[in-house]
Amino acid sequence: MYQYDNYDQTLVNERVAQFRGQTERFLKGELSEDQFRPLRLMNGLYIQKHAPMLRIAIPYGLLSSRQLRMLAHIARKYDKGYGHFTTRQNIQFNWPKLEDVPDVLGDLATVEMHAIQTSGNCIRNVTSDHLAGVSDDELEDPRPYCEIIRQWSTLHPEFSFLPRKFKIAVNGALKDRAATQVHDIGLQLVKSDRGEIGFEVLVGGGLGRTPIIGVTIRPFLEEKHLLSYLEAILRVYNRFGRRDNKFKARIKILVKELGKEKFTEMVEAEWASMKDDLLLDGNEIERVKAFFQPPSYQMLADDPLLAEKMAQDSQFAAWFRHNTFAHKVAGYRVVFLSLKTPGTPPGDLSASQMDMVADLADRYGFGEIRVTHTQNLVLADVRQADLYELWQSLKALELATPNIGTATDVICCPGLDFCSLANATSIPIANGIQQIFDNLDYLYDLGDIRINISGCMNGCGHHTVGHIGILGVDKKGEEWYQITLGGSSAKDASLGERLGPSIAKDQVSHAVEAIFQTYRELRLEDEAFLETVRRIGMQPFQERVYGDN
Amino acid sequence: MEIIKDGRIVANDWRHLADDEILPEQAVTVSLLRWKSEKDRLLACGVPIGLRLNSDNGLEDIADDLKHFAVIVLEFRHFTDGRSFSLARLLRERYGFDGELRAHGDFIRDQIFFLARVGVNAFEPTHPANLQEMLPVLQEFTVKYQAAVDVKEPLYRRRK
Repeated sequence: MYQYDNYDQTLVNERVAQFRGQTERFLKGELSEDQFRPLRLMNGLYIQKHAPMLRIAIPYGLLSSRQLRMLAHIARKYDKGYGHFTTRQNIQFNWPKLEDVPDVLGDLATVEMHAIQTSGNCIRNVTSDHLAGVSDDELEDPRPYCEIIRQWSTLHPEFSFLPRKFKIAVNGALKDRAATQVHDIGLQLVKSDRGEIGFEVLVGGGLGRTPIIGVTIRPFLEEKHLLSYLEAILRVYNRFGRRDNKFKARIKILVKELGKEKFTEMVEAEWASMKDDLLLDGNEIERVKAFFQPPSYQMLADDPLLAEKMAQDSQFAAWFRHNTFAHKVAGYRVVFLSLKTPGTPPGDLSASQMDMVADLADRYGFGEIRVTHTQNLVLADVRQADLYELWQSLKALELATPNIGTATDVICCPGLDFCSLANATSIPIANGIQQIFDNLDYLYDLGDIRINISGCMNGCGHHTVGHIGILGVDKKGEEWYQITLGGSSAKDASLGERLGPSIAKDQVSHAVEAIFQTYRELRLEDEAFLETVRRIGMQPFQERVYGDN
Repeated sequence: MEIIKDGRIVANDWRHLADDEILPEQAVTVSLLRWKSEKDRLLACGVPIGLRLNSDNGLEDIADDLKHFAVIVLEFRHFTDGRSFSLARLLRERYGFDGELRAHGDFIRDQIFFLARVGVNAFEPTHPANLQEMLPVLQEFTVKYQAAVDVKEPLYRRRK
């Protein structure tokens, strides 16, 4: 992974010093609440329900074991012993004290980490595919480009006070595992007819209040123009994006109001007048690529004993089938650590689990951990021969629930339990759905189902792109939930359609169960849930869910 | 009244003239509106003229006039409105404006480093501010990843 040099380290150190000063000025009353707000947000610090919430950047979801141990230390020293991984591959701590935050940032800086631009109206932490570099459907590793974008966007002097937040995702594989179509800018690596690497540039996607699928404004952008094109888009947005209404300030609204053609024309005109002033050098691309070379894999054949172990141990077999993924190198396997153990808050990890996972990463995974946007962890490079041992260790840590990609692998925001924006709780809803499954056969029979839950329309739980989306709403002080069906953030991205009137909290699990039953009865052979929804539409589901009442 | 200019605290020798004020015998800045309606009279009056731009003003239609101004003032009505950062950069890089570029109004100390990077070289805050304390902020960061007005090459061309 990328390693800081003196420049990168100095910048992060200077940022810690700056934030220490800003915090002191705020506590002394020299900065008003209004003045401090954007400054603290640009360092990932929210004022939440119980305490401040600090969001720490995990650039494109990549962590070293040393960094994960530091997160464990922070959880213990400054928080209540756990952290929450988010849908943007970051981690949040819910209980730090404001006056401690400069020290937290200081500790993070010692392991090349920071909280820069994890919130606020600026360019946020760039996200990517959690299987980058190891999946066999990859065209080009997106991580070097993510790092180049990270550096370009860090303390960008022109784009630090945008109309609204700005999120960029980069995907390098045929499958879109980075949800590029629902980002302010989505970059899909593509190859030209002549075999050159470049980007398809999508703009104006996003979730939240007005969910929109992004549109392609340039089918092929040469890699040397990456940064100038980003600057052109950002400049058009910074100048012309709406600032009169917070809810209409995202770039998606600008693209929608101008129309794709007009917006594209403005970007292209801006770009034409400066594109040669900011060329991304081949040398720089090579320099950064060198940090993402494959680890020193052993020459292995696929493990002949695997089948035997699976035959002997059905639990291991289930885990292998659901929580491991094909690796492009023979003899290796990608391992998912499920942070969706039923009954626990989705995405949470305790400090002791963090330490143990760091140890396992050192022993089995070249010391590297990835965070997925579905709030799980990945050890990307595990020898097949080590899988059984690793599984036993993960089981002891309660990180081996064999449910990746299934209905209990729920994406879920912190909700009303923690968040001051939320209208309703989300964690109890996730746990309620997990309780439907008293046996795994039922879960596996349903196959791949993505259930996403948000506690309010800001949509941190990505409910609009869940196969089943659940959105908490406030109805006269009571928690109600709106269900949508048919969303997806994959290559075939789509926004979920509303099933019907919102549902009382204690009825949500029943409704979800009714949706499962309808699917089981009406699916064609081997048809996945999303395909069935797309084929038969809402009506059969509506009849079952609302007809019961 | 003093301002920061080119890294030093200096006297402010410009008066910001309201649209309905009579033209005095001293250097003044005028709004874009006034400039557009009284351009010939202002050019003929013999005092140095500066232009004040709001963040929603465009530059495209006044590009040819920029040579008349010794100072351009970027008005900050609210510090979170970041449009002037783009205007500053465009004035310097695209339109070649090399006079004084001044931030005026509701910007805060924590923005000075960014403003200096996009080409602003003078700072006139309206709320009470200790200019002396603001000076070091111009050098708050020694590392600059991006090419901008102050540093022409991105860090990847300067790394050693």
